[in-house]
Amino acid sequence: MRQRSVIPGFGLALGTTVLYLGAIVLLPLCALVLKASDIGAAQLWTILSAPRTLSAIRVTVGMALAATVFNAVYGLLLAWVLARYRFPGKRLLDALVDVPFALPTAVAGLALTALFAKNGWFGAPLDAIGIPVSYTPLGIAIAMAFTSVPFVVRTVQPVIEDLGADVEEASRSLGASDFQILRRVIFPAIFPAFLAGCSLAFARCLGEFGAVIFIAGNQPGKTEIVALLAFIRLEEYNYGAAAAIAVVMLAMAFTMLIVTNLIQSWHLRYVGRGD
Amino acid sequence: MIRRTLLAIVLVVTAFFLLAPLVLIFVSALSQGVGLFFKNLTDPAIAYAIWLTLLTALIVVPINILFGLAAAWTVTKFEFRGRTLLIALIELPYSISPIVAGVAYLFVYGTQGLFGPLLEAWDIKVMFALPAIFLASMFVTAPFVARELIPLMQVQGTDEEEAAVTLGASGLATFMRVTLPNVKWAVVYGAILCNARVMGEFGAVSVVSGNIRGVTTTLPLQIELLFHDYNIVGAFTASLVLVGVALLTIALKLVLERFGGAELGADGRRH
Repeated sequence: MRQRSVIPGFGLALGTTVLYLGAIVLLPLCALVLKASDIGAAQLWTILSAPRTLSAIRVTVGMALAATVFNAVYGLLLAWVLARYRFPGKRLLDALVDVPFALPTAVAGLALTALFAKNGWFGAPLDAIGIPVSYTPLGIAIAMAFTSVPFVVRTVQPVIEDLGADVEEASRSLGASDFQILRRVIFPAIFPAFLAGCSLAFARCLGEFGAVIFIAGNQPGKTEIVALLAFIRLEEYNYGAAAAIAVVMLAMAFTMLIVTNLIQSWHLRYVGRGD
Repeated sequence: MIRRTLLAIVLVVTAFFLLAPLVLIFVSALSQGVGLFFKNLTDPAIAYAIWLTLLTALIVVPINILFGLAAAWTVTKFEFRGRTLLIALIELPYSISPIVAGVAYLFVYGTQGLFGPLLEAWDIKVMFALPAIFLASMFVTAPFVARELIPLMQVQGTDEEEAAVTLGASGLATFMRVTLPNVKWAVVYGAILCNARVMGEFGAVSVVSGNIRGVTTTLPLQIELLFHDYNIVGAFTASLVLVGVALLTIALKLVLERFGGAELGADGRRH
């Protein structure tokens, strides 16, 4: 099984790890899949093709995409500014990027709801120009974007730092324009990390719950996300439907995990080729 | 010119998007004075929620430190078949929505679940009680310490442990006097992140706790209850406590990245 090593404790450490993972992580996931497979294909299809389920999936995926597009632009700019520029307050800005990770989602949800409510700091002016945010899909996208922005920044930032300004200077001395440098030199180098960051952010948006339910208004068919629908089915004691919806979320999570890993292994090969 | 424009855009968006929510919580929680804020904190429901949240962290964080050490020791000090799979499994909870975790726990410990009849026969209550809160929190934060340790211990290799063992140190002595001192700051770092997540976990705990007032309401759940009761000042009071935890977490993280030595210096930014 293992190569011979003089270090003791393999059995104990492996046993502890496997036992803990088995009991805490794998057992519940297996029970969930078991429950979902119990209800049968026909029933499963009925649950998943119900208009309310479909619309929840549509809202969740659609708003997760919108949030990810926003974070792709804002996160990339933020990473660039943090990696390349020197300015007063840089440390503070860097620390602020950690806020969505450190702040509990319920707190973020409450604060965003108050900010964007019709009488809130941002909600009032936005409402005046005809853009309601709270209790609309836009509110869902904002909550998702808030909780997932650090994924893009923290994945891209180290790559820009590693790239070094000398590459740009070399290109410029060879006569490249700003746009050419950006398109031909910088973007290809950071693209795999950028894509990986976006896919992590998207995955997080798909599963987000706490931040969203405060601001969404949770109207079935309009502003109800998949995670909440699973929760509601549980509260209705409709365990089969809850299991079915949770398994769909699990499948989405696994798909995104595989996509992210593929991007990252592509990235590693890409970096390897550059050496 | 481009530089200034980009910087201005980023600073303005960040101020509106990341800073404003924090400012709003401070302003709202302290709107009626600091005195009233502290008086609100002694409200029995909030005080209980704070206590339960602390208790959960006190139980879950040490367990996940031990798990993180065992997991990192296994996958970094030994070569064996299935090692890559084990690493993937360790990181798995990170990719799974807390809601899915909560629902999954119900199918193990709920009355309809795998162990439901057994637990009922023995009259042990797990679901919609404190044990479920601890278990769900363990699921969500299982990778937090291990994630910090694995890359670091991978780089450190096994030379020092092999030397210690060859010179006659026992396994325990090797671990306590060679391995642990090498990774102590990474353990602290992981524990701080784990603690922040445990104290703030909402989705998974919300499903498994049943949200029973005064019994299974952790601070994040209490915030939701107060919000639904239209007790907005109360909700912000409870929120400010968690904002305090979050800001303290970020501050400690910065201090550790700065003074944690070479251990965290290399890639302390990692998440």
